[in-house]
Amino acid sequence: MTELLTRTTALDEIPVVRLVTCGSVDDGKSTLIGRLLAETGSIPEDQLEYARRTRRGGSTIPVGEVDFSLLTDGLEAEREQGITIDVAYRHMYLPNGRRVIIADAPGHEQYTRNMAVAASNAEVAVLLIDAARGVRPQTFRHLTVCALMGVKSIIVAINKMDLVGYEHATFEELTGAVKAAAARLGIDEVMTIPVSAFAGDNVTSASTRMPWYHGPYLLRALEEWTPPVVVETPFRFPVQYIVRAEGNFRGYAGTIAAGEVRPGDDVMVADSGVSAKVARVVSFDGDLALARAGEAVTLVLDREVDVTRGDLLAAAGADAAGNTAWPQPADRFSVDVVWTGEEPLMHGRSYMLMVGPRSVPATVTVVRHRRDVVSGQQLAARVLEMNDIGRIEVATDIPIPLDSYATCRDTGGFLLVDRVTADTVAAGMVTHALRRALNVVPHTYEVNREARARLKNQRPRVVWFTGLPGSGKSTVADATEGRLHALGVHTYVLDGDNVRTGLNKDLGFTPEDRAENVRRVAEAAKLMLDAGLIVMVALVSPFRADRRAAREIFADGDFIEVFVDTPVEVCAERDPKGLYAKASAGTLPNMTGMGQDYEPPDHAEVVLDGTGDLDANVARLVELLVGE
Amino acid sequence: MTVAAVSENDVLDALEAEAIGVYREVAGAFRRPVLLYSIGKDSSVLLHLARKAFHPSPIPFKVMHIDTTWKFKEMISFRDRMAQELNLDLVIATNHDAVAEGITPFTHGAHEYTRIMKTVALREGLDALQADCAIGGARRDEEKSRAKERIFSLREPGHRWDPRKQRPEFWHTANTRLAEGQTMRAFPISNWTEFDIWRYIRRENIEIPQLYFAKERPVVERDGTLIMVDDERLPLRDGEEPMMKSVRFRTLGCYPLSGAVESTAADLDTLVTEMLESNISERAGRLIDGEGSGSMEAKKSEGYF
Repeated sequence: MTELLTRTTALDEIPVVRLVTCGSVDDGKSTLIGRLLAETGSIPEDQLEYARRTRRGGSTIPVGEVDFSLLTDGLEAEREQGITIDVAYRHMYLPNGRRVIIADAPGHEQYTRNMAVAASNAEVAVLLIDAARGVRPQTFRHLTVCALMGVKSIIVAINKMDLVGYEHATFEELTGAVKAAAARLGIDEVMTIPVSAFAGDNVTSASTRMPWYHGPYLLRALEEWTPPVVVETPFRFPVQYIVRAEGNFRGYAGTIAAGEVRPGDDVMVADSGVSAKVARVVSFDGDLALARAGEAVTLVLDREVDVTRGDLLAAAGADAAGNTAWPQPADRFSVDVVWTGEEPLMHGRSYMLMVGPRSVPATVTVVRHRRDVVSGQQLAARVLEMNDIGRIEVATDIPIPLDSYATCRDTGGFLLVDRVTADTVAAGMVTHALRRALNVVPHTYEVNREARARLKNQRPRVVWFTGLPGSGKSTVADATEGRLHALGVHTYVLDGDNVRTGLNKDLGFTPEDRAENVRRVAEAAKLMLDAGLIVMVALVSPFRADRRAAREIFADGDFIEVFVDTPVEVCAERDPKGLYAKASAGTLPNMTGMGQDYEPPDHAEVVLDGTGDLDANVARLVELLVGE
Repeated sequence: MTVAAVSENDVLDALEAEAIGVYREVAGAFRRPVLLYSIGKDSSVLLHLARKAFHPSPIPFKVMHIDTTWKFKEMISFRDRMAQELNLDLVIATNHDAVAEGITPFTHGAHEYTRIMKTVALREGLDALQADCAIGGARRDEEKSRAKERIFSLREPGHRWDPRKQRPEFWHTANTRLAEGQTMRAFPISNWTEFDIWRYIRRENIEIPQLYFAKERPVVERDGTLIMVDDERLPLRDGEEPMMKSVRFRTLGCYPLSGAVESTAADLDTLVTEMLESNISERAGRLIDGEGSGSMEAKKSEGYF
């Protein structure tokens, strides 16, 4: 038996501190960060030399002295415009050996989104307030985002004290205002420091110009910082990778998201509720006696259990209140989101939900409200757009164990990803699970789909006709149903226009309403499929993403997409409902093919020539549905 | 109140864990990841971290070296020995067409040469393997535009880097999904500084090429830079006479483009001390980046690392 290793890091020691800076160029942020970096030896000499030689228009700093604001510039385009537009990461060495990774989210456009990214990993925020201008709306925005993203400690640098004569009263007044605002948002740990980034007061050394101030200077505050005391979250370990090696070795590799683990600990596969004991905590340097949050290790369990990438291993047992120490799977969650996508949120649309190594399809079912980031007010909303913050409800396709974000950021925070563009459209923070999966075991009926289909002697399917208005979807569907009916096949046609007079009469023609229209029709078709019918859906359904979402609720082979391909000129000439005429007259703004685009399918099972012979088109479908 | 000291080891442990997490995510999320190995110190650290990430199993992906045919001889022998000792699945990618056309650092200028021999070779090498993710050793402290680089950096069709398409990185959850034609580049040591690299090499006893240590080597002084005469292909200018000097290299690449520094640091401890005192950004010794401000960004847009 080899000896187990124990690493030496003390519990309260934070070797790497992640910091987010909040403020604008006007507050003197670039100068503050530049000075911190330069005076801690975190900037190479040649870059300092550049900042001594180069001058931007409007700069009053004499050539030869370091213009600190130049040190934090990034991309070429930004240098030209004199603004920065994204998140930049910089490293600072503290005198006590601690490392600070500064996430700097500057800029004006997309500000909320960038700041949320920067704050998502941060333990500490440094928030700048211009002493001469006082607390401004953006200060509230900064505090709101910090609170939302779970930044618990805020160091407020009240800057430009040189411009207000280093006055004690100004400092006290601003301290009171910012602390009150933070307290309303639930941020208790706020420290204020009077500084002048420009003159160098209280940045990397104690200022002699403010004898009334007895607290630490900024750099010292960062050295001394310790995390606020919080309730320790039990062990959380998202499995990233299964390590297999010679000698039947099977280990679960991942990074501990919370808590700690020792050989002999009971753990639970939170997804399945199966428990096991930790046999070994493996690392390259030897087996460990103990591993803590943040460490990347490989766990070997004492028995064979079903664990795959994305599953969550968590502490077994229960707390004093009788709640399990592991999160139980659920399929509905209440969530705070920051919308990051260029396209607005659409409820009813299916996204991929990614949390650590786990990905599952999920749907936004409800938009509860949008939050005004400055006033903090909740505003009624049906959609969220880029940079909006709001509360929504999310339904996952399968139950998954998520923590609340307050319990653990890495197991309670997730991304929503567009299934087509693969863009990250939102960051979500779980407030709580709405429905435990235990409550929603679907009832299994004796008579099932197979039984019903057998009785009808047919294979149930959904035939989804898509195409421009006037392309001939309803005509083809109607004729096909007529033929099938004559052959004794049980059918039904769900027609877009007819559905809108009943089931969907509350919906309009905006992209988000169209998404919901498609979702409801797909669900209705699914019920009919289950009843054993061949269902024909005739719906413009102009957006690929919506049709894909519809397809995804069906098993492979059950869903047949039929693209009725008719040139728009032909449709406009036919114009059976007079829609094209109205759109031309300007009274129908969201008309597909006119005001809104139609996205033709890339991989439809069947493409019909909408100008071709009707009988031939019908024959092709009938052959496909009931032929051999 | 006294401030508790944080040990260097604890910082390295945290950086190591982060890098291992990136590796495992890549191995779990992508079908054909490739580790880009350039033989230098960062690559040596990268390789060591890959072994740690998947221990006790071997590194579960291919390792690719972009060979311009102008690397130091010592680098190539070091590479081949490492591949054998660590049992690497090594792939060597070279732009043979360009070699046949006679493209050299002297005929085409450093920028064009780099584009053809490194960027094009890299793109073709990745395409040939159908790699969906390339793992590289870029660090955010290397250059100012790198400060904005993501850990998971998305490339559009044709390996193009579009700064506006980069995804927001929340927490440790990486969006590793790819749309048609997209690929990913992953940088496990993004948050390491040059000093971290050296300290880690010292702590972990990682073997690196001897070129990093001072030794008497034949060099010529050219435009204020010391260039090593690694073989007879270096065209000497009028009046240039190779001289022996005690030099070492801060970065390794193509020998005609790698400036040496005069030094007597022949072991790691002396080297780290010398480095702490000098504090010049390391790319200052790399001739290809000097061509105009923002040139790294321009190269990245074309698909360079």
